[in-house]
Amino acid sequence: MLKYILKRLLIMAVTLWIIVTLTFVLMVSIPGSPLNEERGTNETVQKNLEAHYNLDEPYHIQYLLYLKSIVTLDFGPSIKQPNQTVNDLLGRGFPISFELGIVTILVAVFSGIILGIVAALKHNGIIDYMAMSLAVLGISIPNFVLATLLIQQLAVKYEIFPVATWSSPAHMVLPIIALATGPMAIIARLTRSTMLEVLTQDYIKMARAKGLSPWKIVFKHALKNALMPVVTIMGTLLAGILTGTFVIEKIFAIPGMGKYFVESINQRDYPVIMGTTVFYSAFLIFMLFLVDIAYGILDPRIKIHKKGGES
Amino acid sequence: MEKILDVKDLHVTFTTYGGTVKAVRGVNFHLNKGETLAIVGESGCGKSVTSNAIMRLIPDPPGKISNGSIHFHGKDLVRLSEKQMRNIRGVDISMIFQDPMTALNPTLTIGTQLMEGLRQHKKITGEEAKQKALEMMNLVGIPNPEERLKQYPHQFSGGMRQRIVIAMALICEPELLIADEPTTALDVTIQAQILELFNRIQEATGVSIILITHDLGVVAKIADRIAVMYAGKIIEVGTKREIFYQAQHPYTKGLLKSVPRLDLQGEKLTPIDGTPPDLFSPPVGCPFTARCPFAMEVCDKVYPGTTELSDAHKVDCWLQDERAKQLLASTANN
Ligand SMILES: Nc1ncnc2c1ncn2[C@@H]1O[C@H](COP(=O)(O)OP(=O)(O)OP(=O)(O)O)[C@@H](O)[C@H]1O
Ligand code: SF4
Ligand SMILES: [Mg+2]
Repeated sequence: MLKYILKRLLIMAVTLWIIVTLTFVLMVSIPGSPLNEERGTNETVQKNLEAHYNLDEPYHIQYLLYLKSIVTLDFGPSIKQPNQTVNDLLGRGFPISFELGIVTILVAVFSGIILGIVAALKHNGIIDYMAMSLAVLGISIPNFVLATLLIQQLAVKYEIFPVATWSSPAHMVLPIIALATGPMAIIARLTRSTMLEVLTQDYIKMARAKGLSPWKIVFKHALKNALMPVVTIMGTLLAGILTGTFVIEKIFAIPGMGKYFVESINQRDYPVIMGTTVFYSAFLIFMLFLVDIAYGILDPRIKIHKKGGES
Repeated sequence: MEKILDVKDLHVTFTTYGGTVKAVRGVNFHLNKGETLAIVGESGCGKSVTSNAIMRLIPDPPGKISNGSIHFHGKDLVRLSEKQMRNIRGVDISMIFQDPMTALNPTLTIGTQLMEGLRQHKKITGEEAKQKALEMMNLVGIPNPEERLKQYPHQFSGGMRQRIVIAMALICEPELLIADEPTTALDVTIQAQILELFNRIQEATGVSIILITHDLGVVAKIADRIAVMYAGKIIEVGTKREIFYQAQHPYTKGLLKSVPRLDLQGEKLTPIDGTPPDLFSPPVGCPFTARCPFAMEVCDKVYPGTTELSDAHKVDCWLQDERAKQLLASTANN
């Protein structure tokens, strides 16, 4: 187990390094700089600023400096808002984005699974039909369209929920619905189809032959097996939700990390770009790692630990 | 002898897009206490459907027990509610399926799966359940039971898994065990061990067994009586001796001829020509007519009645009719 985790950590570090390097290459190859804007700064000031941010160094030195800032977890101050360090921005934005993301995942996973189970158990009935129609809608409507619709209907027209920002639970409802619907629909459809397949397995028949109640058969015998494929797509869904937060934060004016990330790219704010990219990537990589661990726990055939042999 | 199971005029149909499959069409048989009845027949003749009907495990829809009764200790199982049935399944009647590789849930430990039936039906503590599980593991011959309880199905070989499935089926001490091709998926040496286990268990517990198979070799080893099924009907039934040495039905005779025999190794098997009839619209007469070398005009038109040749031996064939017998006798004399 320990060996496996160490190996995974190493792979994660390498992945992160590749991401950082690619980001750096992209960053320097995009024309423009954070310092030369239309307001024609004087040449010496420009030079001084460049020197200050090490932008006059050759690329390989800049690259090494970035690597150093990542290893020491100190990205320095933002170029555009010099009174704030990147760490300040992350510290302010991350809790909000994290809250949005986590609640979205929980909502998507739980409602998706429940919807999928109900649809499978009422297979071909009216509930199944309704749930799956809903799921198709959920998958095909992009989250920004849904967000706009929700704002227009539930916030502006009927004034049930507040429009924007992130100050109370009521403020969270619409962004979370907008962000969770897509993944929920995907999970619901997948759960339904795997559940239907699992329910035809011999071990389910065996469980019925033991006289177990339908409740036990579904939750003890079927669900765990049916969830295996759901866990495998969790990685993709997480990545989707994470990028989804950029858009949703923008639409609902939520002061999360996504805001800084998007702004920093527009403004070529190099330290912020690096900081947010590294942070997002590290976070996603870590979540994927958790998904793998969860998979290993769910399916005893996957051997993370070396114990017990074949007989 | 005490009858523990009495199946009368059982009909099972499946409604599909293509029409109604008449999978079981008026099956009659009974089972005595402590005996082993083998049900044999070609693939698709309705053996599994019959046994699932006894457990009331026919998927509905599309399946349905459309007629008949299944009396178990005087209670008609067909009339019980699903809830009442749950108290019979696994407790009074247990079932073993063909493929031990798929009959165990891959995500639960053997211990959990062994004990859950017990915990469901009997009021006992966890420790008592474990003791009982260990006892069963010993009975079916699994070494290191204590340690094995904590393992998962993938850590067991096919033969070991089938032993566990058997232990699982027997843990509540049922009176009737239905085994649907319990050895088909296993290789020959393991097959022999499992059959040996059935014999041993029956001696130890007195359980009655319905054994479904299309392997007459298996039947020869453990059956007391044999029922031969064809196209959803039992066309001949009798003691093992009666079926193996005095089979009357042309289909039974054909089946016996197609059994590989150890003493005649290398000799060509003679499987019965042709295929069973379509169960969407089964023939009104004898379903074997199209393949039967003795078929007469009447066979095609009217289903033959049941002739009782002895207490146990019954056969559905027009050749049992006195006139057919006389004619056959006269042609033999010429
Ligand atoms: N769920 C179902 N839907 C439709 N038809 C079915 C269903 N289950 C069984 N049948 C039909 O019932 C008939 C009998 O099937 P059954 O499984 O009892 O055969 P069997 O004698 O057990 O054969 P095998 O030796 O292959 O196991 C077959 O013709 C099959 O097509
Ligand atoms: S009834 Fe006729 S067709 Fe059927 S087995 Fe007997 S002789 Fe053959
Ligand atoms: Mg079968």
